[in-house]
Amino acid sequence: MNPMVQGLVTIIVGVGGCVGYFYFANMVLDRVLYPASGPNAGANINKANRIRPWLFLLPAIVALGLYLVYPVIGSFYRSLFDRSGFNFIGLGNYSSLIADGEFRMSLRNNLLWILVVPAASTFFGLLAAQLTDRLSWGNIAKSLIFMPMAISFVGASLIWKFVYANNPDIGLINALRALLGADQAVDVLQIPFWNNFFLMFILIWIQTGFAMVILSAALRGIPEETVEAAVLDGANPFQIFFKIKVPQIMGTIVVVWTTITILVLKIFDIVYATTGGNFGTQILPSYMMAYMFRDDGRATAVAFVIMIIVLPVMIWNIVQARKEMR
Amino acid sequence: MSDNIVGERAGLTIAVNIAVVALVVLWLIPTVGLLVSSFRDRDQITATGWWQSPLPVELTFRARAPAADQVEENGVWVVEGNVFEDREQARWFPEATGTVTAFGSRGVAPAEFPPGEVAELRGGATLVVNTDGTFRYESPEEIEGAGPRLYFEARTPPQFTTANYNTVLLADNMDRAFINTLTVTIPATVIPILVAAFAAYALAWMDFPGRGLLIAGVVGLLVVPLQLALVPMLNFHNMIGVGQSFLGIWLAHTAFGLPLAIYLLRNYMVGLPRDIIESAKVDGATDFQIFTRIILPLSFPALAAFAIFQFLWTWNDLLVAKVFLPATAESQVMTVKIADDLLGSRGGDWGILAAAAFVSIAVPLVVFFSMQRYLVRGLLAGSVK
Repeated sequence: MNPMVQGLVTIIVGVGGCVGYFYFANMVLDRVLYPASGPNAGANINKANRIRPWLFLLPAIVALGLYLVYPVIGSFYRSLFDRSGFNFIGLGNYSSLIADGEFRMSLRNNLLWILVVPAASTFFGLLAAQLTDRLSWGNIAKSLIFMPMAISFVGASLIWKFVYANNPDIGLINALRALLGADQAVDVLQIPFWNNFFLMFILIWIQTGFAMVILSAALRGIPEETVEAAVLDGANPFQIFFKIKVPQIMGTIVVVWTTITILVLKIFDIVYATTGGNFGTQILPSYMMAYMFRDDGRATAVAFVIMIIVLPVMIWNIVQARKEMR
Repeated sequence: MSDNIVGERAGLTIAVNIAVVALVVLWLIPTVGLLVSSFRDRDQITATGWWQSPLPVELTFRARAPAADQVEENGVWVVEGNVFEDREQARWFPEATGTVTAFGSRGVAPAEFPPGEVAELRGGATLVVNTDGTFRYESPEEIEGAGPRLYFEARTPPQFTTANYNTVLLADNMDRAFINTLTVTIPATVIPILVAAFAAYALAWMDFPGRGLLIAGVVGLLVVPLQLALVPMLNFHNMIGVGQSFLGIWLAHTAFGLPLAIYLLRNYMVGLPRDIIESAKVDGATDFQIFTRIILPLSFPALAAFAIFQFLWTWNDLLVAKVFLPATAESQVMTVKIADDLLGSRGGDWGILAAAAFVSIAVPLVVFFSMQRYLVRGLLAGSVK
């Protein structure tokens, strides 16, 4: 079947199925199981209202349970077996990971990514938010800085290939170097260690807009009296920004920071499309993809390592959410 | 705004303006480079940088002094002609006129001599090519074969073309990948919205035991790395007979999008005025009616925000597509096509790469610029309290 037709059928079946499920499940509950009439009308309404939330939640709970909760256990279980999936080897996959130099390098690179990308994106975002806030054309500037959000990581990698290319007639960096008198073009993606930062910059380029939009809203939410008071006390613009504004939006800065941290741990596209993990740029997600389809035991072990790195953020998020609800 | 009170100095304003211009230019330049490159002629791309694209480009060409035209003059064999009349140059010099800036007789040194200079070649032969393209080749012996090659460098006008797009779309199967991406994206955007909206309503406005726990669970699941789900869910799909297919990727995208969808929508729905909902309840409306008649229409901004998110995410996704779709050409989406196919086979063909990248980012850019308002609102609903 033509995939377009198949897609259309899926939309109709999927959407129709969802609507139908919610509609008929409700009807069955109200009319058949616990009709709101007859001798027990009151009790029936109460019973129906106790069941209804679960009717509404059922599809979501099934999907989330199957695709996100079960895999945490399923992946861990699978990671205890060897490549064939039949031989239990305990933590064997983990110990061979630790013994693998490429894994240790991926871990180191990933920690670098986690340190640098959220910090730099938040910094540039805050800078852009504060600077554009005062401008007449601020919204246009924001819109342009925000634009990379729409671009895929693969697309962004290609865009930056045109900047990094090892050819002064393609790559801007080498063109600038040639302009300054360098006679030999360099491939910046092959410079050991520093190439990681060139790759990170692609993600910073994408995420700065996100940080800027949220921080800019937070800056506007600051009560004006606090700024006015500081002005009366003779504070200069830098003091106002760092001592009055930034402390008041600290909560939002932390949210932005953690959101980007989580994203960093999901990205494999940039490394995959630029260096393919060569030249010492491997990170955990791309290291995992190298074993996907080849050694499920090892791939799931890497995935679980990523999960462990995320765990503190997850717990912190839940604690925050529970605090807000109270 | 508060700035007026600061009594800001003109110098500071100018500095801010300059800083923002610099930031915007830095952020925009790579994308502009891609766009310009995608429209340039493939020979010109590698000859000069895209920032020089409005200027004429000096390209090297080769021609031939045809042996068939040789005549004997005073004991030497002579071929005369014009390099621009060579049929190999018809693409660049349809009028058969141009300006030669240098010439040579060897492929490794195509611009060895300035025009007009008489070049001494091996075997006692001489060659001269003039600025207008006329050449004279002299040889002490009769020329055999097709005649000697000659090379020259000439200035070509800047040329912009859609040829790269034609190649990408017609020859490289990018059109198929485009349709595949669309096929993955639309169901994977529409279905999670519906499922999440009901769940979000239940979590926002219905009272039942375990609600707090479920909300905390959703917040926790926001963070679970996708990578964990890849192996178990692919095995699961194989087990239930879905395998690597469009159905499988729709299911996967739906589930992976749900935590954010539920979280965003619940945050928004909780903020809706309680009075409206309670007075509807007093009037005898059921939860189902309240949801469809009141909550859904009022939640439109949040629904739109999530729809844009999910659309961008699924359109731009590489990871899920690589795992849950087969690697065959019929079901490749654009990101996979570019990353696995074009970067390998067309790695040095910058024009093609640029055009392919632009085809893949055009739709998200349109969606982004036309619906930015909702996207920003959605981001804020999710992150700022």
